[in-house]
Amino acid sequence: MSFPWAEEYKPKHPLMRWLDDRLPLPRLAYGALGGGYPVPRNLNYMWNFGVLAGLALVLQLATGIVLAMHYNSNADTAFNSVEHIMRDVNQGWFLRYAHANGASFFFIVTYLHIFRGLYYGSYKAPREMVWMLGLVIFLLMMATAFMGYVLPWGQMSFWAAKVITGLFGAIPVVGEPIQHWLLGGFAPDQPTLTRFFSLHYLLPFVIAGVIILHIWAIHIPGSGNPTGVDVKTPQDTVPFHPYYTAKDGWFAGLWMILLAILVFYLPNYLGHPVNYVPANPLSTPSHIVPEWYFWPFYAILRAFTSDFILPAKLWGVLAMFSSILLLFFLPWLDKSPVRSGAYRPMFRIFFVVLIIDVLVLGWLGGLPAEEPYVMLSQVATAYYFAHFLIILPILSMVERTKPLPYSISESVLHGEAAEAAPADLTGASPAQV
Amino acid sequence: MVRVLGIFVGLGFVAAVAWSLLWGLVAYVGNPPEQTAEARLHEHPRHIAYSFDGPFGRFDEQQLQRGFQVFKEVCSACHSMSQVAFRDLRQIGYSEAEVRAIADQWQIQVPSINPDTGEATTRKAIPADRFPSPYANEVMARAANNNALPPDLSLMAKAREGGPAYIESLLTGYHNPPAGFQVPANLHYNPYFPNLNLAMPPPLVADGQVTYAPGNPAPTRAQMAHDVSAFLMWAAEPNLQSRHRAGMVVLIFLIFATILGYLAYQNVWHGPGSRRVRPTGALDPENMARTAEAKRDAGVAG
Repeated sequence: MSFPWAEEYKPKHPLMRWLDDRLPLPRLAYGALGGGYPVPRNLNYMWNFGVLAGLALVLQLATGIVLAMHYNSNADTAFNSVEHIMRDVNQGWFLRYAHANGASFFFIVTYLHIFRGLYYGSYKAPREMVWMLGLVIFLLMMATAFMGYVLPWGQMSFWAAKVITGLFGAIPVVGEPIQHWLLGGFAPDQPTLTRFFSLHYLLPFVIAGVIILHIWAIHIPGSGNPTGVDVKTPQDTVPFHPYYTAKDGWFAGLWMILLAILVFYLPNYLGHPVNYVPANPLSTPSHIVPEWYFWPFYAILRAFTSDFILPAKLWGVLAMFSSILLLFFLPWLDKSPVRSGAYRPMFRIFFVVLIIDVLVLGWLGGLPAEEPYVMLSQVATAYYFAHFLIILPILSMVERTKPLPYSISESVLHGEAAEAAPADLTGASPAQV
Repeated sequence: MVRVLGIFVGLGFVAAVAWSLLWGLVAYVGNPPEQTAEARLHEHPRHIAYSFDGPFGRFDEQQLQRGFQVFKEVCSACHSMSQVAFRDLRQIGYSEAEVRAIADQWQIQVPSINPDTGEATTRKAIPADRFPSPYANEVMARAANNNALPPDLSLMAKAREGGPAYIESLLTGYHNPPAGFQVPANLHYNPYFPNLNLAMPPPLVADGQVTYAPGNPAPTRAQMAHDVSAFLMWAAEPNLQSRHRAGMVVLIFLIFATILGYLAYQNVWHGPGSRRVRPTGALDPENMARTAEAKRDAGVAG
C-alpha cells in the first residue's frame, strides 16, 4: 500500500497461488504485517507498544471466552461462581488472574502507546484519523474494563457501578432517566449485571473491529518515526517482516515475563481487597476507588468541589469526559509543523511536566478525598487542561524548533538513531560530512 | 479557530477548578483538618513471615492442620466458611477416611429435607458439603452476637489490607484502650481494626486453649494466631502452591523464548543479510558536503 517500492506478494506454492486467485487473505496479511509493508528503519522501542496492545486484546479474548463458560451473571450467584472458577475449575485461578491482570497490562501498554503518540506528534497530519480511531478504541476499552470489574459482584464492583452510573445523574434534566436506563433500575441490581455481562462480551469484538480500521488508516501514510521526517526513499524503510516482527517478537517476550510475574506472584497487587467481600447494597465501603488505570480521571472528577456558575458535580463530570474528548481536537490544537518532540525544545519541557502531572493525578486518584490531596489534585487538574487547551496552541505559534535532518537515512548515517537498522559505512566517513 | 475556542474552553476549566481550589484553601487555612482518634490510634498490620511468602513459598501442612484445629474449635462457633468444602481438606494432608470422619462429626448439621415427609430437617455433613454456617440466617447470627454479623472467613485473608498478617495482628492485638478513650458497650478495643472498636470478643484467651497433637509447637496464643492465619490463607487461596510452581515453569519458558527471540532479532537487524543504509546519491559524503556548503553560503540552518 503505502510506498511504491512496497514488495508485491508472490505466492510460490501452487496451493497459495490457487488461494490468492480466489480469496487473497495471505496477500492482505503480507501487505499489512509482512514483507509488503515498508516501515521507517529508525523506529525506537516506543513503537513496539501497538503490537503489544493487540497481543493484550488477544489474551483478554482467549481468557475471557473461557471464563464466560464458567461465570454466572446472576446477582445471587455471580460472586460464588467467580470463587468456583478460582477453586474448582481446572486452572481457573490462572484464567481469572490472567484476565484481571491482563486488563492492567492492556492499559499499561496502551498508555505508553498514547504517550508515544503525544511526544512524537503521531496525531498530526496526515495521521489524524489514526489518532482519533485510537481514542475510540481507548474509550471502548475503558467501558469494557469498567463493566468487567462489575461482574464479580463484590463490594467494589457494586459501588463502582453505583458511582460511575451516578455520574450521568449530574447531567441536567435528562441525567436521572439516563442513569436509570443504564442501570435498568434505581440501583445496581440483576438487570445491571446481566446487561453489563452482555456488553462486556460484545465490546471487545467492537474494539477488534476498530483496531482493523486503526491499522488500515496507518497503512495509508505509513508509520511515523522518531524524527517526524517523511519517508523519502526506499533506503529510509525496511520491510515489516522480518525486521519489525523480530523486534516486536522478542520485546513481546520481555513484556510477557512482566505479566507472568504479576499473574503468578502478585496476582492481587493491583486489585482491591474489598472486592473479595460480596456486594452489599446496605454497607458502603469506607473508601470507594476505581481500578488504578482510572485514577487520573477519578482525581479530575473529584477536583471540582465548589459550584462555579454550574454545579460542582456537573463540572467534575464535564471535566472527566472532556479530559479524553479534548484529545480528539489535538491535531488542530497543536499546529506546529514539526511532528517530533525531539526537535521542539520548549514542547519537551511541557511534555515532561505533563507526564509528572498525570502520574500525580493517578497517585491522588487512589487516595481518599482528604486535604491536602484535594487541593493538590486541583492544581494538577488545572495544568492538565491548560497543557492541551492553552499551552499547546500558543506554543505552536511561538516556539522556535531545531533543524530537522534531511531524511531518515541521513539521521541514521549520522548515528542519531542508535536503535535503527544499521548503516553501511564502508568507504564513507560521515564524521567529516 | 479551533485553537481560539480551545483556549477559551481551557480557561473555563482552569477558572472552575481554581475557584474550587480557592475555597479549599480558605477552608484549609481557616479550619485545618484535625486528626481523628481513628487515624491517630489505628495501627497497620505487623510484618509477619509465613512459609508461603515469596516466589518459592509453600504451605506447611502441619501448620495448616493446626490452624484448621483452631478454626474448628474456636472460630467456627460463630463464623461460616462457605466457599470451602470438607473434601478440600484432602489438600492439607488429611486422608479420605479422616475427611469423612471430620465431616460426619462436625457439630453443625447441613440443612436438608426429610425424604419421607418433605419437612425441613438437618443431616450429618459429607465430604462433598461446604462448611455449614453456624447460623440459619443473618437475623439469627445478629441476634446471637449483639447485632454484629460474624463475617464469612473463606476469603478473609484476601479481603483485608495486609491479608494473613492483618488477621494475626488483630487476633493478638486486643489490649486496654489508652486513657480517656471510651469504648462503646459490647465492643472491644483493637488498634488493628479500622475503627478501633471491634464487636468480636478476644477469641484466643489462654495458652493451651486448643490442644495440639504431640510433636507440634506449644499452643501459645501467638502460635495459635499464627497457625489459624496461615490456615485462612490456604482457605482463601488453595491453589497458591500450584500457582507458584506453574509460575516458575512459565518464567523459565518465557525467558528462554525471549533470549532466542533477541538473538533472532540481532541476526535479522545486524546479521550479514541485513539491509544497510548506503551513503549513495544525495547521501554520498561528497554530495552531502556540497549541500552543507551551499546551505552555509545561502545562510540556511541545518
